[in-house]
Amino acid sequence: MAVTIPPVPATPSSPGPADAPLVEPSVVEHVLAAALRRGGDMAEIFAEDRQVSGASLDDRKVEELSSGRERGAGVRVVVGDTTGFAHTADLSETGLLRAAEAAAAVARDGGDRTRVVALPARRGRPPRAEVLPSTVAKATKLELLLRADDIARATGGEITQVQVGYGDSRRRVLVASTDGVLAEDDQVRTRLSVVCVASGDTGMQTGYESVARTVGFELFDEVDVDEIARVAARRALGKLAARPAPSGEVPVVLAGGSGGILFHEACGHGLEADHIVKDSSVYVGRVGEQVASPLVTLVDDGTITGEWGNYAVDDEGRPAARNVLIDHGVLTDYMWDWLRARKQGRQSSGNGRRQSYQHLPMVRMTNTFLMAGTEDPDEIVAQTPSGVYVAKLGGGQVNTATGDFVFGTTEAYLIEHGRITEPLRDANLIGNGPEVLRRIDAVADDFSMTPGTCGKDGQSVPVGCGQATLRITGVTIGGTAA
Amino acid sequence: MSELLDLARSVVDRARPGEGVEAYVARGHDTDVRAFAGEVEQLASASSAGIGVRVVLGAEDGEGRRVGFAWAGSLDPGVVDAVLADARDNAAYATPDPHVALAQPDGIEPAELDLWDPDFSAVSTGEKVRMALELEQMVRGAHPRVRQVESADYGDASVEVALASTTGIRATTRRTSAYVSVSAIAGDGEESQTGSGFSVGRAAPALDLERAGKDAVMRAVRLLGAGKVRSGRFTLVFDPRVVATLLSVLSSALSGEAVVKGRSFFAGRLGEEVATGIVTLADDPTDPRAYGAAAFDGEGLACRRNVLIDGGVLEGFVYDSVSARRAGTVSTGSAVRGGYAGTPGAGCRALALSPGELDQSGILAAVGDGVYVQSVTGVHSGVSTVSGDFSVGAEGLMIRAGALAEPVREVTVASTLQRMLQSVLHVGRDVEWLPGAAAGQTVAVGDMQLSGS
Repeated sequence: MAVTIPPVPATPSSPGPADAPLVEPSVVEHVLAAALRRGGDMAEIFAEDRQVSGASLDDRKVEELSSGRERGAGVRVVVGDTTGFAHTADLSETGLLRAAEAAAAVARDGGDRTRVVALPARRGRPPRAEVLPSTVAKATKLELLLRADDIARATGGEITQVQVGYGDSRRRVLVASTDGVLAEDDQVRTRLSVVCVASGDTGMQTGYESVARTVGFELFDEVDVDEIARVAARRALGKLAARPAPSGEVPVVLAGGSGGILFHEACGHGLEADHIVKDSSVYVGRVGEQVASPLVTLVDDGTITGEWGNYAVDDEGRPAARNVLIDHGVLTDYMWDWLRARKQGRQSSGNGRRQSYQHLPMVRMTNTFLMAGTEDPDEIVAQTPSGVYVAKLGGGQVNTATGDFVFGTTEAYLIEHGRITEPLRDANLIGNGPEVLRRIDAVADDFSMTPGTCGKDGQSVPVGCGQATLRITGVTIGGTAA
Repeated sequence: MSELLDLARSVVDRARPGEGVEAYVARGHDTDVRAFAGEVEQLASASSAGIGVRVVLGAEDGEGRRVGFAWAGSLDPGVVDAVLADARDNAAYATPDPHVALAQPDGIEPAELDLWDPDFSAVSTGEKVRMALELEQMVRGAHPRVRQVESADYGDASVEVALASTTGIRATTRRTSAYVSVSAIAGDGEESQTGSGFSVGRAAPALDLERAGKDAVMRAVRLLGAGKVRSGRFTLVFDPRVVATLLSVLSSALSGEAVVKGRSFFAGRLGEEVATGIVTLADDPTDPRAYGAAAFDGEGLACRRNVLIDGGVLEGFVYDSVSARRAGTVSTGSAVRGGYAGTPGAGCRALALSPGELDQSGILAAVGDGVYVQSVTGVHSGVSTVSGDFSVGAEGLMIRAGALAEPVREVTVASTLQRMLQSVLHVGRDVEWLPGAAAGQTVAVGDMQLSGS
């Protein structure tokens, strides 16, 4: 296809010197002191500067390049069990003081006291990216889109539509609190996704594949965009011949790297301490109990460099950490943010996250994964007389209070006589967290991670999910075949 | 208001010769209160403002035009300058496309809608806090089997938007909204079931706390004792809230953009019978009762009533300006955009089925035996408007001898959207405007596969 790209060099947006803080420490100290003037246990400033750029290709055309910027701060004041919060796009001392006053409205005693806030020494943090996307020519980004479109269409004549999306973001944050926290982070993320539509006699089917990492443009030195495009195209093509998925309870083998969404939904959300302290999780009061098969060791780890849910410090300024949640089937701990940890007189586990400065932090997962087992993935399939093999999962949803959860397939096959046979149309699977976790009877050694976006209470954050090939002895699949 | 339009116009006035510019400026204020265990858990209030600018390069009769977009969460003059420059630079890289264009005024007068409640700003923060606390206490004490109130929220927002373009678009809108919502957990031994309730209005005085609370309790309590049922084919009766969700999903297939790009199972089927004769579906943002009511669309054209399915026959799609040009037609005033950080696309705001003759109990009686679906999960992972494949998690109650019977959980229900439309047996007369882009009403659909044990 003929596409002209103007040979105009991109104007790199100026990220500013890495060592300039978003808000001067002296201003931070004034604002925090003002926030507690009427009382309160803790005051915090979360300042953020976010720049994003994106490009989308659809219907063989680069439809649109976009860029956005957002800068502001949220001020939180905690008084007993009550949190006051206000945010502003004005990072001047006047703007921040106004937000502090609004957030402090929850402090009801009305007294006027002088607080002196002294912050620890500042430790700047350089962006963790080799190639800042803002320094890459727009034309170079577009080449990726055009290439992915060409490759996807070349994968099969039945590919009738291709959408390619590219996005990068740089998020600089500064968190300071009267608890003695002063932390900064500079998070760079880059992603690419391909959606294909294939059309045949049986109608249309879609295929999706993406790559997303907490790195800069060097992402594309590590991953092969051609392969992303081919996988998306093959997924759509494969389903043209798919038959309806079965209905009812069947053994299910989930492929390594098929999404890991199973654990995110089956227990991840239920292990977030905000659900625990409100008694709205099926995992309340079960630390020390066997809640899963002994094959299940589940970890949430925000420290893994480059993974989609990675950061240096969380959005409350606490260092990211590796937390073992389930150890050989035994529940060992929940995930904590500052507020919920304080209630229990313990430390945050580094899981306090927020979508932006306009949001309050809450307990969120980072990169959540099942530790690999020892079995051969092919053997697991061979030893499954009949069932469903899920090569790729889509999204999911859970009700933490009941433990009931669903997760969708986007590439699945029948297993017959220990062999993967016919492709199946997309369907949701449904199960109950603690029940399904007990039914895992095989875990292989072919571990890998996939990126996702987790939504909770109106806030979206990037997360990673991982697992090796595993088998669940029985789970309900919602197909249309009797 | 006028200063927002002045700002939008000042950006548009900076268009260079031959350049199209559109500026969308928004400003909002919102308050959120969450109550828990008799205390204020969170009280947040904030104002925000931002701008989104589209620049179109190239002449109408040339080889094609290019569009670029930029946005910022600030209205500071320096930032606005940078946004315009970024949008202009971005435009230079798009593929030339003859269909790219900003909306042209089409002479259709906007409906007169009163979406701004003057009482809105008269409600004190203390009153908002009181409502959240009252709702929480009401639900906690409403029933002996309610063991927890997971959240009880009051929220409100006021939004003002101005839109201007070099094609002569000048539009301003403002709206207020308020809601309460509550999530109850009913328990019996080891078992827990959840139910939610809410009330929405233009301002706090319009909210019905009691109804929100009763709904949440009733929905949680009636699921206690729920179990799986054996797989089989059933007639399903969908709760109005579920229907609103399903219509919102269906709206993606009715987007002219999806259709013209071959990403809708409705593509190429105009004029065909796609549903049973009792299905008439229209998108009418000029209906003031609709949550998504609006005088102007996301490109500043007047919103209007669009009939999409009439007596089961597919009559039309919704278009924004670009998708309309691509399809060789004109905009239906259906551009939607997700605030200043989003670009317009074709979509619905106020979908509703024409009401039938029966209320919910009449439909249950007519169906006789089946399953009443109170809520669904996994809609985003289990429904495709490209293939039409439909598979979602469900909970609800069995329908036996025309009445609601024992509760059901952890099942899925599946079909295809195509077959479901052809199997609509009853559409309720109980139209209820719910938050989102569609109305809710009870609907019965035959011949669906339920997966259980």
